[in-house]
Amino acid sequence: MQMEKIVEMSHIRKEFPGIVANDNISLYLKQGEVLALLGENGAGKSTLMSVLFGLYQPEQGTIRVKGKDVQINNPLQANDLGIGMVHQHFKLVHNFTIAENIVLGMEPTKGLSINIKYAADKISELSKHYGLNVDPWAKIEYVSVGMQQRVEILKMRYRDAEVVIFDEPTAVLTPQEIVDLGQIMKNLIKEGKSIILITHKLNEIKAMADRCTVIRRGRVIGTVNVQDTTLAEMAEMMVGREVNFSVDKEDHAAGDIVLKIRNLYVKDNRDSLSVKDFSLDVKAGEILGLAGVDGNGQTELVEAVTGLRKPESGKIFIHEEDLTESSIFHRIRSGIGHIPEDRQVRGLVLDYPLEYNLVLERYCDPPYAKNGFLQKEPIRKHAEKIIDIFDVRSGMGPTGAARSLSGGNQQKAIVGREIDLDPEILIAVQPTRGLDVGSIEYIHKRLVDHRNNGKAVLLVSLELDEIMDLSDRIAVISHGELVDIIPADQADENQIGLMMAGVKND
Amino acid sequence: MTEKIGKKSKGPLGGFKAPVIPRPVVVGLSAVILGLIAGAILMGLTGNNPFEGYQYLFKGGLMSVERIGDTLATATPLILTGLSVAFAFRTGLFNIGASGQMLFGGFLATAVALSWTALPRPVLLLCILLAGIFGGALWGLVPGLLKALFNVHEVVCTIMMNWIAYWTIYYQIPKYFKGAFLETESAKIADAASLKAPWLTNLFDGSYVNYGLFLGIFAMIIVSIILNKTVLGFELKSAGFNRHASEYAGMKVNRNIVLSMCIAGGLAGLGGVTLYTGYAGNIQIGVLPSQGFDGIAVALLAANSPIGVFASALFFGMLHSGKGFMNAMTNVPPEIGDTIIATIIYFAATSVLIERVLDKIKSKRRGDK
Repeated sequence: MQMEKIVEMSHIRKEFPGIVANDNISLYLKQGEVLALLGENGAGKSTLMSVLFGLYQPEQGTIRVKGKDVQINNPLQANDLGIGMVHQHFKLVHNFTIAENIVLGMEPTKGLSINIKYAADKISELSKHYGLNVDPWAKIEYVSVGMQQRVEILKMRYRDAEVVIFDEPTAVLTPQEIVDLGQIMKNLIKEGKSIILITHKLNEIKAMADRCTVIRRGRVIGTVNVQDTTLAEMAEMMVGREVNFSVDKEDHAAGDIVLKIRNLYVKDNRDSLSVKDFSLDVKAGEILGLAGVDGNGQTELVEAVTGLRKPESGKIFIHEEDLTESSIFHRIRSGIGHIPEDRQVRGLVLDYPLEYNLVLERYCDPPYAKNGFLQKEPIRKHAEKIIDIFDVRSGMGPTGAARSLSGGNQQKAIVGREIDLDPEILIAVQPTRGLDVGSIEYIHKRLVDHRNNGKAVLLVSLELDEIMDLSDRIAVISHGELVDIIPADQADENQIGLMMAGVKND
Repeated sequence: MTEKIGKKSKGPLGGFKAPVIPRPVVVGLSAVILGLIAGAILMGLTGNNPFEGYQYLFKGGLMSVERIGDTLATATPLILTGLSVAFAFRTGLFNIGASGQMLFGGFLATAVALSWTALPRPVLLLCILLAGIFGGALWGLVPGLLKALFNVHEVVCTIMMNWIAYWTIYYQIPKYFKGAFLETESAKIADAASLKAPWLTNLFDGSYVNYGLFLGIFAMIIVSIILNKTVLGFELKSAGFNRHASEYAGMKVNRNIVLSMCIAGGLAGLGGVTLYTGYAGNIQIGVLPSQGFDGIAVALLAANSPIGVFASALFFGMLHSGKGFMNAMTNVPPEIGDTIIATIIYFAATSVLIERVLDKIKSKRRGDK
């Protein structure tokens, strides 16, 4: 079957200071297909799509939409050409209703007022048509992330977008929501829409896409038919070498207890108890995986252990030292390392240069400080070391602002910093969130190394695969309570799934 | 975009090598020039010759050694309040209370200068300085504590503190330090108890310039070092940029907020010392010193850099001391001087727009090559 090329980008080049983000990239999208754009963190996928969406102007190259040469100077023009984008971080007004968000910028009017009723009816209709189950009167701040994404999709539909760009759409979704998203995308295709899917998750490409264009370091490596290509082949194209999917991990005897949590009770921001009577031991030389559905008290538990939140009662020990009342400063020096859940909120000072971020916890210790003065040389050397070891790609090197790094490289910087602290216990919360397979492989290896060095790792993750692959023991949390702890070699996915739902097996 | 294939030169700017001027300097100067142009249009609209107006405005500030001295003297409190606001800004706080901090610091300094006259001059001056810094810091401490403990916004709080200082001085000066002739001001501070320096005055042909200028320069250097080189500056700025990450890294964020406000207050308090015991020689009641608010403008134009504060304070000082002369020599109303300052502030505040224009120029230049 011969399909029309709806979008064609030829020889696109886009530079940023110190880096060529897109180097002579050409690709096309056919009517009614899903084209996946695969590449590592910072490979230039998002930049390319921002060019198509009019957020950046390319230095060279042309864009054709429906066979016509076009110049896209801003997102409004992109909308007029029928191109819509669902961003990784949604662009929604939180204290507006869903209907208000969807019509924002093209509000239907009745006299001088907005005819929001009309809009809401139309949205309900669209929602029913696609099986989206969206309530137009709900406020954004009270709906789930998955629902917010549906709102973004409806926004595209409401604007009659022909081409929808999804930027890492599954990064924030639960497994069930991912399945739903797949169905929504199928419905869009059935209606003759075309989709560009930016991702680095191979399984999703296999499940959702027709063709896949692979980008590495700003260049197109090739375009393949997804059906005829294996996951390993795609991974190799993306990373440039063979990727090992399973984690190499020999048995390792666990040693003494490093972290001891006893009868911990923690309240959340809404003042209700979200961790209840929680006790746990993490031993030297083991990785303990904490599995659970998002929002079951993991965040509060980790915050209590790292000192960011005061527990109501209970005790926390590191090597028998009671740290329940200690400051964060003291906890870090007693051997707690922490890869935080949200890298941009807790993990980094985005406006600081990368080199400052890499000494964020140690800026006041020698050799980084002497007599109250920062020592430039050692800070720079330290940054160069971590950038080198952890392959952190920063256009401006150590002095570039952390903000200028791609999300994956920000994450690698944090992981590098924390592992370099050589903590007695490393609390890793979603350490590979938003990373590509190459980086995931590397970070997993470093976590296992840390354990092999006789240190403890507490791995908190929403990805069950990650927990199963890495852990020596698996603890399951549900509604803030410890359901059970089982050795990883006796665990199977179904059983853990049941435990995550709060069912204890006897 | 022009079609251009082949010959791609090395750098992103091609072969063209411009002398590197830091971005904030270009933006600041653009704001100044745009403000001056707007002022010229205003002068034209009011039926005056803008060239004549500017001639006298600059002459008024720079024409003679004495006038240069007066410009420096006028700029001195602005340097310190500008530093105060800039320091707070850099650490994520908005200090609108520099006026009150100046006033209260100046009040304590005046009280010391009028009471402890028996002390030898160096000791007395040191006590005056410390009293001023302490008073300003105290006026910064309260908003800092309220912010750290109860999350009360510092803007609201510092404005309130301005009025507390205003009314405190309003009643305390007449009660304890009444002037010889006027009810509305304190007694005259003796020259020996003031920052006045005869050698400086002589050097500048009898101008108001005094030791305060050195305090301003000294403070600029200290602030610059604290912000850019020290562990303390690292912590304070970090708390300003991202409070959550600072907590995560084990910094004492609440303590840092209080400390930042105290330092900012202390700087403004020092500004009060230079104003009341250097420039004026006594303290008036019923006046919130405008230098406190002008400090916001100074910091804004300087993009919060200490050296920039120094330069922009000198510029504002020149406008302030020149506008009287312009008024005397032409029909241009002195308010035009204030209007120019206000316009410059507008352009500095909308520096995003200027940056965007600069980016356009840059990319155009690249396209043409």
